[in-house]
Amino acid sequence: MIPPKRKNPLLRTRAALQPPAARSRTALGITAAAARGGFALQVCAACQAVQYPPREICGTCLHDGLAWRAVPPEGTLIAATTIRVTADPYFRERTPWRTGMVAMDAGPAVIAHLPAGVAQGDRVRLAQKLDRAGQGAMVALPLAQPGDLLDDPMMREMTCDPKDRRVLVTDGRHAVGQDVARAMLAAGARVWLGVAETWRPFAAVEGAETIELDLTDADSVHRCAASHGGRLEIVVNTGLHTRPGGILERGDLTTARVEMEAAYFGPMRLAQAIGPALRARAADGTHPACAWVNVLSVYALANLPSWGAYSASQSAALSLSQALRADLRPIRVVNALIGPLDDEWHQAVPPPKLAPAALASAIVKALRDGVEEVAVGDVAQDILARFRDDPKILERELAS
Amino acid sequence: MTKPTRRGYDGIVVAAPTTIPYERYSIHGAQRWIGQALAAALKRAGLRPADLDGFCCSSFSLGLDTAIGLTQHFGISPRWLDHIPMGGASAIVALRRAARAVQAGDADIVACVAGDTNHPDSFRQQLTGFSRFSTDAVYPYGAGGPNMSFALLTDAYMRTYGATREDFGRICVSQRTNALSTPHALMKRPLTMAQYLAARPIADPVALFDCVMPCAGAEAFLVMRDDTARALNLPSARLLSTIERHNAFAADPIQLRGGWAVDRDELYGMAGVAPADIDLLETYDDYPVIVMMQFEDLGFCAKGEGPAFVRAHDLTARGDFPHNTSGGQLSVGQAGAAGGHLGLVEAIRQLTGETLGAKVADAKVAMASGFGMINYDRGLCSGAAILGVDG
Amino acid sequence: MSSPTPTSSLADFAADLVSGRITVIDLTQTLSADFPTIALPPEFGQCAPFRLEEISRYDARGPAWYWNNFSCGEHTGTHYDAPIHWVSGKDFPNNTVDTIPADKFIAPAVVIDCSRETAANHDFVLTRSVLEAWEAAHGPIPAGCWVLLRTDWSKRSGAAYANMKEDGAHTPGPDPEAVRFLVEERDVLGFGTETIGTDAGQAHHFTPPYPAHFYMHGKGRYGLQCLSNLDKLPATGAVIVSPPLKIQGGSGSPLRVLALVAS
Ligand SMILES: [Zn+2]
Repeated sequence: MIPPKRKNPLLRTRAALQPPAARSRTALGITAAAARGGFALQVCAACQAVQYPPREICGTCLHDGLAWRAVPPEGTLIAATTIRVTADPYFRERTPWRTGMVAMDAGPAVIAHLPAGVAQGDRVRLAQKLDRAGQGAMVALPLAQPGDLLDDPMMREMTCDPKDRRVLVTDGRHAVGQDVARAMLAAGARVWLGVAETWRPFAAVEGAETIELDLTDADSVHRCAASHGGRLEIVVNTGLHTRPGGILERGDLTTARVEMEAAYFGPMRLAQAIGPALRARAADGTHPACAWVNVLSVYALANLPSWGAYSASQSAALSLSQALRADLRPIRVVNALIGPLDDEWHQAVPPPKLAPAALASAIVKALRDGVEEVAVGDVAQDILARFRDDPKILERELAS
Repeated sequence: MTKPTRRGYDGIVVAAPTTIPYERYSIHGAQRWIGQALAAALKRAGLRPADLDGFCCSSFSLGLDTAIGLTQHFGISPRWLDHIPMGGASAIVALRRAARAVQAGDADIVACVAGDTNHPDSFRQQLTGFSRFSTDAVYPYGAGGPNMSFALLTDAYMRTYGATREDFGRICVSQRTNALSTPHALMKRPLTMAQYLAARPIADPVALFDCVMPCAGAEAFLVMRDDTARALNLPSARLLSTIERHNAFAADPIQLRGGWAVDRDELYGMAGVAPADIDLLETYDDYPVIVMMQFEDLGFCAKGEGPAFVRAHDLTARGDFPHNTSGGQLSVGQAGAAGGHLGLVEAIRQLTGETLGAKVADAKVAMASGFGMINYDRGLCSGAAILGVDG
Repeated sequence: MSSPTPTSSLADFAADLVSGRITVIDLTQTLSADFPTIALPPEFGQCAPFRLEEISRYDARGPAWYWNNFSCGEHTGTHYDAPIHWVSGKDFPNNTVDTIPADKFIAPAVVIDCSRETAANHDFVLTRSVLEAWEAAHGPIPAGCWVLLRTDWSKRSGAAYANMKEDGAHTPGPDPEAVRFLVEERDVLGFGTETIGTDAGQAHHFTPPYPAHFYMHGKGRYGLQCLSNLDKLPATGAVIVSPPLKIQGGSGSPLRVLALVAS
């Protein structure tokens, strides 16, 4: 694969338009599934009919009990078109654009985006992907996925492949930051790895360019933004200040403040300094700025009291990520939710524990898949499943 | 239980076919276009606004207004009022409702009016909020609008039945020929098959001349009893039969047939005529693939034989199968919801001898059909009416 | 009514300042975010580094003015140690920065120049014999004065300044005997260094650990750290002005340290 051509610096940077974003509340079920990397359609509780487009009432039996369920995504492409003229400015810049009609084995007929190469009569697998408006969209993929699928122009709009992109990893002092840097390099990215307090010893990551970056220091963040803000496509915020301790057990706020600096104020500073430039470059060339990744404890969802203050800082970070998701659009904000890492701070925590390298691989995969939420490792997946089942029950479970 | 026979439309006529000449863009509101058409229809009938006791309106661009707001806007006081949001099927549906109202004595004279304005950004704005299903499941997919939707239908139809672009070209080219004598047609230059085939692609396989040109305009007609028409000394056409169907064949994965196929036997049976008796046909022609489906589903040829049918017939007003004799929307323009009224108004003109352009010789029976509302992947509404000369 | 006439020596002092016969030397490091702070094992509470957050800068947040909020620890940057800082000094009266008598904030200083030794040995230890050798050259260290250890460490920056290795920081400092000599036999006011602490980087291996902190504060004396420009001071004769911020109950504070030197 030839790396992307360098941009003519005298050309205007194309503004980051977004595809039509309006959806009914019901249709946000597809966005939710796409955000998590799932595939779900509504299924009637009474007659089992699979529904599409999203409905409030069953189109077969008028029942009002429609639940989002994973359904078989296969179907046949029965018609296709190449749109060359469109009323929408976003698509106008991206024509020719292929769409098609898929007759799903599960029943419904679905209008879907098409990558190059799928043709009428082909068996296809539908996927739900987030588009650049952050909304769920149907994509019909070939059953045998070609290796270069992520290079397809349509798929590039739906995903955030690190290949040939420039990535800032914020915390090169932490094993997670170091392994994310290595994974990004392996994925074909150029990596700048931030290191705070360079007066303390640190280990550089081979192939990554170390830069001084301390998210707790406004001046450091602004220096980083000034020198790198205009040439980043992906930011991975790995700032983890993980310390055990319940609220009463700690008895003071000193560590909590550091946790909040690392999890909340620091990333907010970085977002304020770098976010506008990142967002402004979201349609810049073939490899535009595309993603902001946060590593968050899954206990952001429900507090683990023995790590009470840390969990609270992660809740703040989660909430911040939700605000950024709206502010940074069309930059995709991806949250990697983790359980205990296999590090010194979880020395007393029994396994399973997450290896930083496994987390790094999961982040690369999440970017390639185009999701905005991924639970990495057994514990995070378990807690997330319990959270979705009932947050109040999870709260009680964690408090016992 | 046997299904009771539908009551006929004895004594019900349509008259005062009215068209407000189309404009590509208008700085005026739809209210003005609709009001102009209403005024022109009343004037044609020699009526004052106070004489009108029924009003039925269709439009996409009235903003927050519906028919009721227009009563105050226009200073009319009808005792029967309807607003029909069914796009290209609105004319047939309006005719059906008005005819029954007049027949039952709920109204004596109903004006059926459709009109829309068109601004440079109207089309996009209309697409973005056309329907909930479209907002959720169509517009985000390239925002191609109906061009994309009909491209998919056309693609499926061509692959299923072996139609070629040239087959669709025959429909478009002959309609252009018809339009050349229609004074208010927006397309005034002849179209050759070579030009049709070489046209700029819009959404494959749909190309430029497969698409209508959105414009501003209005159409109207009056529904009344035959004695009323006689008293007004107004030429009229008799309403012989109608059909209407919505969301037909919902299980078809893609639309290769419309609701006409469900009801066409009733349409001919009620009128007491056969397809061969139809002297002219005015189909809903937002894209030629839908015209071809209407040829089949209205019984002029078997399913899948549309391509052979168009190859075998001359579709011009003076041909052996006069079709869309004013040029249709494809050549006159699509004035929003008035697009569905265009064909019906033209059918009335041909039967009352009031044609503006080419006249079909010795026309005694005409059919007009409607089709509308691509709510998601297909047109949901279909309808048709058969009219006969009065006397 | 006229003001009381200044004593002649204070008038002379003022005249000497104005005329330049007395030079003012700034012994302070700039407070900045990237200046190293004391590094403790991560499970301990940590001293906050200096941080500056802009409140407004002639903009929508304040159209005609520029100002910042800053945050840091009491022991960040060039700073003052009060006796209460160490457990050995916790019970003295007037042992916090707000209660230390103000006359303690202006005092003479002697400068022990060990810059050559430190250049050769980052773990240079100031011993009693070094002090005695200094006295042999310059006379006895007077009571009530600051003893400033010149190492030229302040000419370093960043990692070289912190000089951290796998076994911790390697920076010069006094041994227990030297500190006891200064406090018990010379009755000095306090001890000042150019490094992050008054103690050596490896001072946790001494007995007692951190002798400068233990004995100085254990006798109610004071500390100054992260000083600079000690190379511009004479061995004797300088006067140090070092009032810390008046923090209620404070154990220390960042401060501006000035030296008055005869030109
Ligand atoms: Zn059902």
